[in-house]
This record gives sequence, C-alpha cells and structure tokens, in this order.
Amino acid sequence: MDQVDFNAPHSMGTTIIGVTYNGGVVLGADSRTSTGVYVANRASDKITQLTDNVYVCRSGSAADSQVVSDYVRYFLHQHTIQLGQPATVKVAANLVRLLAYNNKNNLQTGLIVGGWDKYEGGQIFGVPLGGTIVQQPFAIGGSGSSYLYGFFDQAWKEGMTKDEAEALVRKAVSLAIARDGASGGVVRTVIINSEGVTRNFYPGDQLPIWHDELEAHDSLLDIIGAPEPMTT
Amino acid sequence: MSSIGTGYDLSVTTFSPDGRVFQIEYAAKAVDNSGTVIGIKCKDGIVLGVEKLIPSKMMLPGSNRRIHAVHRHSGMAVAGLAADGRQIVARAKSEANNYDSVYGDPIPVKELADRVASYVHLCTLYWWLRPFGCGVILGGYDRDGPQLYMVEPSGVSYRYFGAAIGKGRQAAKTEIEKLKLADLTCRQGVIEVAKIIYGVHDEAKDKDFELEMSWVCEESNRQHEKVPEELLEEAKTAAKAALEEMDAD
Repeated sequence: MDQVDFNAPHSMGTTIIGVTYNGGVVLGADSRTSTGVYVANRASDKITQLTDNVYVCRSGSAADSQVVSDYVRYFLHQHTIQLGQPATVKVAANLVRLLAYNNKNNLQTGLIVGGWDKYEGGQIFGVPLGGTIVQQPFAIGGSGSSYLYGFFDQAWKEGMTKDEAEALVRKAVSLAIARDGASGGVVRTVIINSEGVTRNFYPGDQLPIWHDELEAHDSLLDIIGAPEPMTT
Repeated sequence: MSSIGTGYDLSVTTFSPDGRVFQIEYAAKAVDNSGTVIGIKCKDGIVLGVEKLIPSKMMLPGSNRRIHAVHRHSGMAVAGLAADGRQIVARAKSEANNYDSVYGDPIPVKELADRVASYVHLCTLYWWLRPFGCGVILGGYDRDGPQLYMVEPSGVSYRYFGAAIGKGRQAAKTEIEKLKLADLTCRQGVIEVAKIIYGVHDEAKDKDFELEMSWVCEESNRQHEKVPEELLEEAKTAAKAALEEMDAD
C-alpha cells in the first residue's frame, strides 16, 4: 500500500466503443475510474449526454473529458435555440474537435461522439488525442481498445440489427475488461435511433467469463479458502 | 434646419413625433431608385435576376457585378448603392465562413439571413453610422431545401416565394404572382425572370441595361453559379420575343 497515491489525477483507463447499425448507433463503455492503481469509482458513467440525440464516450483524464463535454453541451444548447432545431451529430462532433484541437497541449482525453439525426441517421465520430476528427462506421478507444482491434476486424459487419450491434458491444467491452487491468466493473450501453435513446446496464456478474477468468464471488474469502472464523 | 424638413430627419437615433425614423425611409428611397432585382423560388431551386443599368457605354460588359457569391450554396443580389452592397456581401461571407469553421457545416440560409439582417439593422442604431442604401435578395440551398430571403435597409428580413426590389418592383411582383412557382423548374424560371426584367425595364427613361442572372438548384449541384451562357442567351431571346409580341398586340 506504500506506493498508492490517492491524490493522483483520476483517469479513466478505459474501454469505450461506438458502433453504427442499420437504424442508429450503440455506444458502450466499462465503468472503472482509477487514481493510479486504486479504483476510485467502480461504477462510473463514461457515456455522457450532449443533446437529446447525441452522446459522447469519454476516455483519458476524467476531469479533462468532463470539462470538454460540459462546454460542448453548453454550446450545443445555444446552437439548438439559435437554429430552432436539434443539432446534428456532425455539428456536435465538430465542436468536440474544436475544443480538443485548440487545447491539445493541455488535454489528455480521447472521445467518441455518437448519435442520430434526421439528415444522416446514426453516425459515429472519433476524436482522439490530438484533435483529429474521423467519421467511422465503428470506433473503439481507451486503453482496453488495444485488445479489441483484431476482434472488431473480424466481428463487425455492415448493416447489423440493433440487437446484434448491442451484443457485439457488450461482448467486446467484457473481453477488454478481462484483459485490460485499467478497465473493469460493469458494462453500460446507450442505443440511439429515430425512436429515441435507450440506456442499458450489465452488472459484472452477468458478463460472459473468458479465458482464465474467475467466477464472480461475493467475497474473496470464498476463493482463497480462508479458515473458518474463530470460534470460542 | 435652414429651410426644409422638420429637423427630425437628420439622425437615425431620433424618432419623429409620429414615431418614424426618416433616415431609414430615405435609405429605402435609394433602393427604390435602383435597377430592378428579382428572386424567385422554383420547385428545384432559386433564381436571381438583376436589371443592371449601365451608366456608360465605355464600361466593360460584366463589370460592377450586382450578384455575388456568399458561400458555396448561397448568393446575394444587391439593389441600391452597389458599394454598400459589397460591404454586406463581405459581412455575409465572413459569417458563412465563421459558421463553417465552428460547426463544420455550411450555414443554413435562415441563419445567414438572420445574421445579415442583424448587421444591417446595427447600422440603424448609432448616430455615427448611416443606414445601408441597399436591399439584398439572398438565395441559398441547405438541408431543408432552397430558400429565398430579402433584407431591407431597416434590417428586417422575410422569407419569400418571390421577391422584387428596385424601380420596377411593383410590376415585377404582379408578374411573379402570375407564375406557378410550385411547378416551375429553375430552367423555366430563368426564362420567366428574364421576361419580367425586360418587361419592367423603362426604355424611355433609363439607359441601357445588362441582364445578370444566377441560380442555386439541382442542375447546378446545389451550388450558387452564374446561369450558363447558352441558357442566358436563350432567356434573353425569349424575353425580347415576348416584348415584341406585346408591342404587336
């Protein structure tokens, strides 16, 4: 416990995912926020609302990604009032890019913007560290994403159904949680389409168990076979 | 207040006792004396047309343009003081570019019209400024389809199916009302606008004029462009023929 620095900045060693399907998008994320090796929050929500129809998956510094999304939410709110109609996903992503790029020297955050609008349907934009913006059919980010590139190359298909896409996201996040020490906790998903937004929550003990993983237990004592409590 | 007027017409920041701002009305006069400018919204786009009066025969054809590009998808036709118009066009261009760089999307026509109108209106609020002596017709294409706006020197802007300003506006408006704009393509619209401009031109009072036309439509790939040369020639021929037919009646 000597080396644990509880004052280290909170950062989200993370797995985040955005996937388009035939009617919208599915966003997914794990829920671990850590300060160094200490898990500061094991049930965080890294999928943040920007407008009614646009959400963002945050990775990197918790503070930086929060402040960027707070500003973008504020700008989009203004923009929606000014135009008298909902902002498009592209506009939201471009504002994220603008802030990420203009402040690139002070920010440690990679974001995935996803949403649905009536003009272009479901869209995913990746905005990684330097402030580039890339529209993609699917995007993965955070430390856990390194374990997922090959999986997505194999498993992602054009024109999936909503359920297929959500199953893919859930599977991918749980895979990354299994391998990446900085990702963990639960899986959260957000589905956005013409109908609106659905949020789902998958607790850790309901996720598939992958190679070398242990079953979920209420107490560590159950698995290490600790002696019975002392009796008098 | 030497001999004429009530003294309430010198400043834009002073109302007359009956609640008018004369300077703005004078600015509108400058527009009313200009060559006619027309814009119509057809089923597939916008057509702009200008009767550009030629002050001198020694001037090169095509100079002193009154139709300007604002952005890839929108253009502006100016009636009144051409130099004032260029100031408005410059502002419109910078608003369009700024919107594009912030939001990564071309500016919606409504938003552009609102911003231009605010700018024009701003010049009616300070004693050290003079209102713009020009009105503009703004045509553009965005995700919600083709749209047409007109901004007046007072700073009001409205959306129109068809708009006309300048000398021949009254006659032009009655002609536009006769058109079936919902069924008209821009290609047909160009001919109709040319006929109207030639029709309202006052040959006795005015000098020569040049017909200047642009469009934003499906055929121009939703971009603001000059009407193609051969179509413009066709429109001029049709307009002249229509005039002669009228004279013969």
